[in-house]
Amino acid sequence: MVKTLNYRVVLFTFALIFGVVFSIPSLTQSESGKKITLGLDLQGGLHMLLGVKSEVAIESRMKSMAASVKYIFDDEDIIFDELRFDSDKITFELLDTDDVAKATKLLKDELEGTALSENGLKFSLEMTAEEIKRTQLDAISQAVDTIRSRLNEFGLAEPTVAKQGEDKILVEVPGIKTQEDEQRIRELIARAAHLQLMAVDEDRNTRVNTMSVAEAKSYGDVILTDVNTPEKYLLRAIPVLDGSMLTDAKVGFDESNQPVINFTLNGQGAKIFGDFTGQYVGKRMAVVLDNKVYSAPNINERIGGGRVQISGRFELSEAHDLAIALRSGSLLAPVYVMEKRSVGPSLGADSIKSSSIALMLGFILVIIFMFFYYGMAGVIANVALIGNLFLILAIMSLFGATLTLPGMAGIVLTVGMAVDANVIINERIRELLHAGKSVGKSIEDGYNNAFTAIWDANVTTLIAATVLYAYGTGAIKGFALTMSIGIMASMLTAIVGTHGIYQWILPKIDKKKMGFWFGIKKVEGNK
Amino acid sequence: MEIFKYKKPLSLMSKSKRFGALSIVALILAFGLILTKGFNYGIDFAGGTLIQVQYEGKAPISNVRDVIATDKAYEGATVTFFGSEDEIVIKTKMSSQNLGEDVSDKVHTLLKDTQGFKEVRRVDMVGAKVGSELREQGLMAMVLAIIGILIYVSFRFEWRFAVAAVLALVHDVTIAMGMIVLVGIEVNLDILAALLTILGYSLNDTIIVFDRIREGIRTIKNPDLEGIINESVSRTLSRTTLTSLTTFFVVLTLFLFGGEIIHGFSFTLLVGVIVGTYSSIFVASPILLWLGFSVGGFREKEAAKLKREKEKEKMRAMYENGTL
Repeated sequence: MVKTLNYRVVLFTFALIFGVVFSIPSLTQSESGKKITLGLDLQGGLHMLLGVKSEVAIESRMKSMAASVKYIFDDEDIIFDELRFDSDKITFELLDTDDVAKATKLLKDELEGTALSENGLKFSLEMTAEEIKRTQLDAISQAVDTIRSRLNEFGLAEPTVAKQGEDKILVEVPGIKTQEDEQRIRELIARAAHLQLMAVDEDRNTRVNTMSVAEAKSYGDVILTDVNTPEKYLLRAIPVLDGSMLTDAKVGFDESNQPVINFTLNGQGAKIFGDFTGQYVGKRMAVVLDNKVYSAPNINERIGGGRVQISGRFELSEAHDLAIALRSGSLLAPVYVMEKRSVGPSLGADSIKSSSIALMLGFILVIIFMFFYYGMAGVIANVALIGNLFLILAIMSLFGATLTLPGMAGIVLTVGMAVDANVIINERIRELLHAGKSVGKSIEDGYNNAFTAIWDANVTTLIAATVLYAYGTGAIKGFALTMSIGIMASMLTAIVGTHGIYQWILPKIDKKKMGFWFGIKKVEGNK
Repeated sequence: MEIFKYKKPLSLMSKSKRFGALSIVALILAFGLILTKGFNYGIDFAGGTLIQVQYEGKAPISNVRDVIATDKAYEGATVTFFGSEDEIVIKTKMSSQNLGEDVSDKVHTLLKDTQGFKEVRRVDMVGAKVGSELREQGLMAMVLAIIGILIYVSFRFEWRFAVAAVLALVHDVTIAMGMIVLVGIEVNLDILAALLTILGYSLNDTIIVFDRIREGIRTIKNPDLEGIINESVSRTLSRTTLTSLTTFFVVLTLFLFGGEIIHGFSFTLLVGVIVGTYSSIFVASPILLWLGFSVGGFREKEAAKLKREKEKEKMRAMYENGTL
């Protein structure tokens, strides 16, 4: 026996040990070691594909550019009028021809990626095509970063946030327990968290209830409503400053113990805020979040230090989520749901149970069948099959691959197909035994004859699986993955492994007991 | 145990016309069904929302229908039992883009007070745009897989083998699709995966028969293709049937015990295993015959290839010996 110990059987033994050792963490669900992660369909969770409305990012970019234009001109004492913006351009008029050269130079230096065109003293500022493209891409990657940091801050276990394709975002959050939690998470993701501090147009605000949107626009104003009451405010459309200048946001409590959000502005923001409040004493300033007015306090004096408070009769959990959203920054562009799949934890557990039962039953059926049909040759095939299962688990564990419900189906299917190689080989061996060849010769030639068929068949199946992997999404990828790993592992176990075992035990094979060894009746003329 | 003991070749090819007629009838029926009744696209491809709800005890299905009808978002929604009487599935063509409150949240508030309500177990929502994208991708995957297989088989065998294999594949997939339409299974991504698996599986079977034919062409003296095919198919009959049986067993357990969610998937595979086995025995090889495959020609080509290789080796040997 020792003499016939060969490299094949050694290789198979190593593969078997490797398979068992590395699949233990996954099978016992131990804390340490690399494990197979369960897909969302098996452990429960939320899977979403989000689209990004990047055109909104362009529009808000125009808005903040308009704010910059105003700030620059005010700072340099350039007199201007009729500063307006819409989704594709900013227009303004200069009143003094002497300012033209200075203004043009300033805008060129300060606002990159824009093109200025003039018609007399009327100017229009547009973004270049590259700048638009860049803004869109920025909006998407910013959304990915923002959503990721929001989910992380919320304290969720291992959420996945990734850009998919050109303009989609994949969000996967495992382990959500209730419908309420899921909704809260979705709201947290969706929150634009676009904070603006806006001046109330005190000259015209008394007429706000009768004013049309178009009329407000003609003054460079917008009409926004209060978050809790139907009260309307007429506000200057170009904000004093926005959430991009915010450095921190925390939940606090006011005098009457209501939750509020305190936020701090960065240096530049604090300066702008200080200057503005200094000029605007006696008038009101609105704190606007996602186009709702949360409060519009009167400015009593210049406010330095850059600390602002939002109060809006919040629930504590709402204030908590809002503070997270503000800290993680606003979404430049709103996101919307293109695809959503959510699975409750109990359904996932049921799926694991039923597919495991199917896997075990199918496995046992195949093993019994192989034993009855092929005798010891069937047992050898079964050893290879068990080795194959462990190898699949081990390889998936090492790569931290995700096991999905279709992935389970893939493993079940592999069990059926992996024994195929052994069926082909055993049939070939039987054929040669019937033809009167010796056992050793039959085994060697059997493997040689069977090899091309198994190889070609497996390669073509692999081609189909690869295409499925490349074009499949989510759970389907899992199916293609387990099937591919299964096929490749079966090449090692079913071909090399069983061949090695035959060579190893060849001296033990009793030529008189063909029924026991190969499941065939007496062979005529056998030596 | 031996069930299929090879004694002499079965005269399969002489009956090939009969099987051909059978296949053509099945194909016409399948095509007819696909064209007239059409696929019942599930939400993956058509877009919409699917909500699975679990109840304690029997679900009050008519009550659920009434409650749901009160909300406009569920216009035209269907409510059916799912797997058992404790669970129902609500399907609607609507989908919402809104992250904050979506169709599933509404279902929760609507159904919360119905008798025995336990939980919303699963919500799948696919926007119409994603649905059509997935459909395109699915079709693309099919086509690419077939092209890949065509190239590989042409390379390893000969183009006629490749064409015959692919025609057999189209045969299997079409009939499986016909069955899907007939039974009214909802076509979702998992069904696409099942069809692609059939592609791989049926090909597996066909390749093994073709491999034997290729071997037969090299070793069997009589250059009569029909005889070679008969002998090769007969010799692989045992293997084809056995493997199909083992695969059939496991797919059957998957169908019976794998749970409601993979029912459609395992059903499609069951059909595929049966049709795939039939086609690799009775369809693929006769096509080879009809395509006018010539044994003599193949042998000449093989011989020429061998000769070229020999010559190359000779040249190399001469070169290495320094005689060139």
